[in-house]
Formats: sequence, structure tokens, C-alpha cells
Amino acid sequence: MEILGLLMDGFAIALQPLNLGLIIVGCALGLIIGAMPGLGSVNGVAILLPITFLVPPTGAIIFLAALYYGAMYGGAVSSIMLGIPGASTAVATTFDGRPLALQGHADKALIAAATASFVGGTISVVLFTFFAPPLAHVALVFGAPEEFALMLLAFATFVGLGGDDIAKTIFSICIGLVLSAVGLDIMSGEPRLIFFDIPGFFRGINFLVLAIGIYGIGEMLWTIEETRATGGAKISEATVTFKRTMAALREIMGAWKAGLMGSFLGYFVGILPAAGATPGALMAYGVAKQISKDPDKFGKGALEGVVAPESANNAASTGSMLPMLTLGIPGSPTTAILLGGMVIWGLEPGPLLFVEQKEFVWGLIASLYAANLAALLINIAFIPVFIWVLKMPFTILAPIIFVLCLIGGYAPTQSLHDVWLMVGFGIVGYLMRKLDYPLAPAVLAIVLGPLAEPALRQSLLINDGSFSIFFSRPYSAPIMIVALILLFLPLIKLVVNKVRVKKAAA
Amino acid sequence: MRRLVKTTFGVGMTFGLALTAVVGVAQNKAFAAADWKPKKPVQFVVMAGKGGGADKAVRLIQSIIAKNKMAPYAFTPVNKPGGSGAEALVYMKQKNGDDHTIMFTLNSFYTTPLRQPGLGIDITTFTPIARMAEDTFLLWVNSDRKDINNIDDFVKAAKAKGKAWIMAGTGKNSEDNLLTDFLNKAYGLEMKYVPYKGGGKVAKQLAGNNADSTVNNPSEQLGFYEAGKTKALAAFTPKRLPLFPDAPTFKELGKDFVYFMQRTVVGAPGMSAGAAAYYQKLFTKVFNTPEWQKYRTKKSLQGDLLVGDGLMAYWKNEREVHRQMLIKMGVIKS
Repeated sequence: MEILGLLMDGFAIALQPLNLGLIIVGCALGLIIGAMPGLGSVNGVAILLPITFLVPPTGAIIFLAALYYGAMYGGAVSSIMLGIPGASTAVATTFDGRPLALQGHADKALIAAATASFVGGTISVVLFTFFAPPLAHVALVFGAPEEFALMLLAFATFVGLGGDDIAKTIFSICIGLVLSAVGLDIMSGEPRLIFFDIPGFFRGINFLVLAIGIYGIGEMLWTIEETRATGGAKISEATVTFKRTMAALREIMGAWKAGLMGSFLGYFVGILPAAGATPGALMAYGVAKQISKDPDKFGKGALEGVVAPESANNAASTGSMLPMLTLGIPGSPTTAILLGGMVIWGLEPGPLLFVEQKEFVWGLIASLYAANLAALLINIAFIPVFIWVLKMPFTILAPIIFVLCLIGGYAPTQSLHDVWLMVGFGIVGYLMRKLDYPLAPAVLAIVLGPLAEPALRQSLLINDGSFSIFFSRPYSAPIMIVALILLFLPLIKLVVNKVRVKKAAA
Repeated sequence: MRRLVKTTFGVGMTFGLALTAVVGVAQNKAFAAADWKPKKPVQFVVMAGKGGGADKAVRLIQSIIAKNKMAPYAFTPVNKPGGSGAEALVYMKQKNGDDHTIMFTLNSFYTTPLRQPGLGIDITTFTPIARMAEDTFLLWVNSDRKDINNIDDFVKAAKAKGKAWIMAGTGKNSEDNLLTDFLNKAYGLEMKYVPYKGGGKVAKQLAGNNADSTVNNPSEQLGFYEAGKTKALAAFTPKRLPLFPDAPTFKELGKDFVYFMQRTVVGAPGMSAGAAAYYQKLFTKVFNTPEWQKYRTKKSLQGDLLVGDGLMAYWKNEREVHRQMLIKMGVIKS
């Protein structure tokens, strides 16, 4: 087995004292950065990129990859504890992670997130080790039609299984899609929806601004109202004891199906350039709900709802390194920066990297195994601290969250425009919630919209406006058909329900 | 020793340039200007998104400055990719008179203000600092196309396919679009231009056979080219590129057409003369570092260092060239 030999050489590199130290420091830093709402792996990697010039390239990529990994673990922390996704990859984790925390099970949710991340990370690194070249080929032939089919599938897994009020869900999606269309349209080269000629809209609306707005600020407003009405939530019931942890682990084992599915799905979506970890995690959540025996539990604190997206986003973050290394195409915004780093270190990503830079590639792969274990241990060690924070009185916690939200909104673009926008979304989000509109579909739409729209228009442009292109290609046709079936499921449900109601009335 | 000579040369050159910059300013200002230094971290605005060619260059420059301790404060990259540079340009305009904001620009520096006069951007009010390089363009096809080995084969194949021939590029009315229009006009083709987000994605479309041709920069295709997945047919440069000796220039092929993408550092409008002189000197030093020179060679970058008035003259000329191109494309009227 040539691969095993190479992997052993890789471990020899990854376990050198300097590199091992870098892995541990990187994971810990990443965990903290990921846990801060708004500061995701993208910012962490970008900020720390220049520091890596102090160590050799292999050490540098190991450090940044560990940071990336740590941030994936950390993203779940703010999703669960505060209900604010720390990064787009952790959006799906809020759906059930937050309810679990509100029910006093924050410890269980955090342990589930950590172990699921570990499983997803490990499975994907193993896949990476043995199947990199053939998968690189799949990533290469994936064109615009396939990309669109995949995005549609991501939508469909959600909508098809969506909330109780289909009309409100669709309304919410539409709002998200409109917001995602703001900014420059690359297909026509013209700016769109530049409200009141404010230059900040040229950049478009960042997903994080919307997510922090409605989940952070909106959620806080909501909690203030709730706390006044009920006199405090059950949130502080969570504690870390050996007995509770063991019970939690047993329960998490029961969600193995969701974890396994999330890992594979996340990895395969991750290797496709442009998709990245966010659609992977969202799809994993949707599929987990579909295969669950008790789908009604989802959104109300289902453990599978934490396990599936968390295993998927870690698997996808490993997966997205594949197109970066073999094609020189970043699979996610974070790998785009890593790619920049590689160029600066004098490495040329591309099909030849695996041949010419064996030490670098295998050192990195081996370090992913080590980073995974390090991140798990560090994360578990920190859980009591997180729980302690959660027990702070809400009157103290709320202002801290508010400040974190403002920083999180400002940090990525350093523009006050985004901060105001975020506050606005927070208020609108709160009102929508009062009116019982689901907010998750809007967030989903603003994440997937900018990926789906150009892919759709590119495909149609190539094929002179005919939709047949989606059904005539070997990869896009099956994905498209599954997506359409899932998409029309609620419509069929709606019609069937109407008919039933009529019959009942008659 | 060689490095020392290079640095001395650079310093000497900048002194001259600093003097020229100062001449135009009132005498009393000139004295204070000579020793201006940043008093806080410098914002380094990137006119494009994270991970693209411009962004990579800025992060390299940032690290060169930090590693060689060339400035008392850090240079922090801030990406403002919105609206093909419109967001960055408006931002810079608002920073009028600011000595701590500089920007790394591309050719959208000319085209965006031309296409959107409503923004009220006059690039001649910006402070010229230094042109660090000019990126080049080549015409590429997939290596599977054994039937295409030169421009004549290309024209024949593209003519046969007509409107079904897909040329992938980076956004409508971008540099790639201008070049596609040129090829269509020059060779009587009807290639269909399909925009993608970013040069890396464009390169991938070609390598994955999802496009028939591209006009990528060498840095974008290098990985695939070295792996033998794509090949270059011709170059939009005045002379053949050392990295691609087999690709003739369009000039050689009888079409007098040369096109570059500037990689230039500009300061906010109304920047003080002292600060402008400081940055010109600094970026001259950066230009002469072995790291930047190595990057230039690797990425097949052309274009010598250009600072101050010379850079302003270059902008005015390039803006006129782009105005004519956009008029020909029918994007703008005058």
C-alpha cells in the first residue's frame, strides 16, 4: 500500500514537536474564533496568515488547517448557547441546538456537536486519504448545471420537509432570495437593488449580517420578552456531571445514522467547488429529518438535528481542501485564503501538487487526523466553561451578546453600514417571529441564492435558454430529478390537505 | 551584496521621485512632508474579493512589509469587492484627504467609473503611488482538443461551432469580455461569452471541458497548464512570454492588439504630499524585494515600476483606451 507508506511519512512530519504545537495552538485559537458570533474561520485564517511566515510552509498550512478545523467545532458553540450561528456553516446547528439549550440540555448538545464533528472529520480524512484523485476528477467535470441542480436539491431538502405553514415558508424564502440579489450582478455587469443609492449595497448583503441580525439581536429581543413573561428559562439547568455526560453519550450513539449520513454527504458536497460546508450542513439537516422516525421532533430539540449538520460541516471542511489542493479552486471562502497562502509560500496548487510536493500534502493530511483529535479534546475540556457562561444572569449576558453581535457584524467588512443593516434585520426578525413567520428559510435563501442564481443563468446561457441542459448531463440529471420530487412534495401535500378539508366540510 | 546594491538603487530612485512629488506643492509643506510616517495601521483596500489575484498580491505585499519591518505599523487588507470596484472607489472618494488609506486596483479602476458616471468618480483626483506589475492575458483551450494547435485551427473550430462556442470569463463587461469581443470582431466569430465569478472558476470550466476557450491570466491557468490539461494558443502581449515561448503574440499573427491588467497601488484623493512620497518610497522598496521579484517571474507578470506623475499619465492614457473599447462594445456612448 503506497498510500499507507506516504501517510506514515506524513505522520512523521505532523508529529514533530513544532508541528504538533502548531496543531494544538491552532485548534484552540480556532475554537475561540469560531465561538465568537461573526468571527468565523475566514476571518481567523485571514488575520493569522501573515504570522505563518515565521514557520516553514508545511507548518504554516498545518497551523491554518488546525485553525479552520477548530473554528468548525467552535461555530457550533455559539449556535447552541446563544442561538447565533458563528459562521454560515453552523446555521443548521441552531435549529435544534438552541432549543436543546433552552430545555436545559446545553451540555448534551455541546457534547453531541463535538463528537459529531470528530466523526465527520475523521471519516472525511479517511476518504480524503484514499480517494483524492478520482474525486478531484468529479469536482473538475462539475459545471454550472450540476452546481444549480445541487443547490436546488439543498433548497428542496429543506422546503420539501419544511414548516407547518407552507405559504409563510415560501414568503420567507422569497424575502431571502430578494436580499441575496442585492449588489452587482455578474451576468449583466449591472448593479441591482442599490436601495437609496447607498454605496454599501454594492457589496450585496452578507449572510452574516442577516443571520446575526435575526438570530442574535432578534433572538435577544425575543428572550427579553419571554424572560419577563415566564421569569427565566430552564436554560440554566444544564450542568456537567459524569452521569449526565455518560447518559448524553449513550443518547448520541443512538443518532449514529444521522452522523454517518452527515459525514458522507458533507464530504461529497464539500469537494464540489463553490458549494462548501454551508449547503452540506443544511442538506444533512434536511436529510436527517427525512430519514428520522420522528420528524416532528426536529426544530424542537432533536439530537439528530445537531449531529447531522455538525458531522457534515466538518466533513465538508476537509472535503473543500481537495479542490483547493488538486485544482487550485477554493471550495469555500476559507480555503480561498489558504490558497492565497500557498501561493505566497511558493507552492503551486494544481494536479501536480500531489506528485511534486509529497511532504507538504501528506504532512497536511496527517495533521488533519491529529487536529481532529486535538480539537475534540480541547472542545470537551472547555464545555464546563461554556456552561458556566450560560448560567450568567440574562441581564449580564444580554449586553455582552449585543456587543459581540455588533463586533461580529462589523468585523468581516469593517463597515458601519453592515452594523445598521444588522440592527434593522434584528428588529424585522423579531416582528416576523411575533407574526409566526419561519426565519430559517430566509437565511437559507440568502446563503444558497448567490450560489444558485449564477449557476442557473450560466446553464441557460450556454444552452440558449432551454432547461433541457439540466436533464441531459450524466451528473446533473439524477440530482435534478430528486430535487424536483422533493420540491413538489409540499405542493402535493397542500392539494391533498385541501381536498381532505373540503371532503370533511362536505 | 546584490541585495544591498538593489536597495541603494531603489532608495536613490525614490529620492528623486519624492523630490518630483514635492516640487508641485507649496514650499512650507514640502519640509514637513519629507519625514512623514504612518501614525496608525494603514488600511489596504482591495478592489476585489478574498482569494482572487489582487487579493493574493495584497496579502503577499502585506507580509513582505511585515517580514522586512518596512513600516512602523501594519498594513491591513480590507476587501471591498462590491459592484466591480464601485464600492471600493466610492469608499476611497469618501476618504478624501486621508493619509492612512491606500488601495490595490485593477482595470475596473477605469471601466467602472466610465460605465457608472453616477458614482461621480474622477480617477485623476486619486493619488498615484506605484504600479507594481501588469498582468498578461493568453488565449487558452483544453488539451483534449488535439485538433487545435494554433490560432488558425482555433478560428476554424470556433467558426464551425458558431454561437455554441463557449468562452468563459470573469463577469460581464470585464477584461475577459473586452478580449472576447476583440476576438469575435477580429476573426469574424460568434463565440458566446459566459460570465463566472473569479478567474480561478473560469480556469476550471476550461479544464473540466465545460467551456471551449478562455482568456485567463497565466497565474489562473498555471496549475492546469503544468499538468498538461490546458494549452495556450496566443498571447495579448507585445513580446512572447518567457513561460510560454510557443504561444505567438497577436501582433505576430497580424492583429495589432495588446492588453494588460494593471496591478497598482493608489492613495485616497487629496492625500498629503508627504504621505504620497512615503508610500511611493515604500512600494519602490517592496517592488525591489526578492520576494516580489520572484512572484513576478512565477506569475509571468510584466510592466515595470511606475510611480507618481508617470503613473498618472499612464492612467489617463489607459482610461482613454478603455473608453474607446467600451464605446466599440456599445456599453457606453461617449
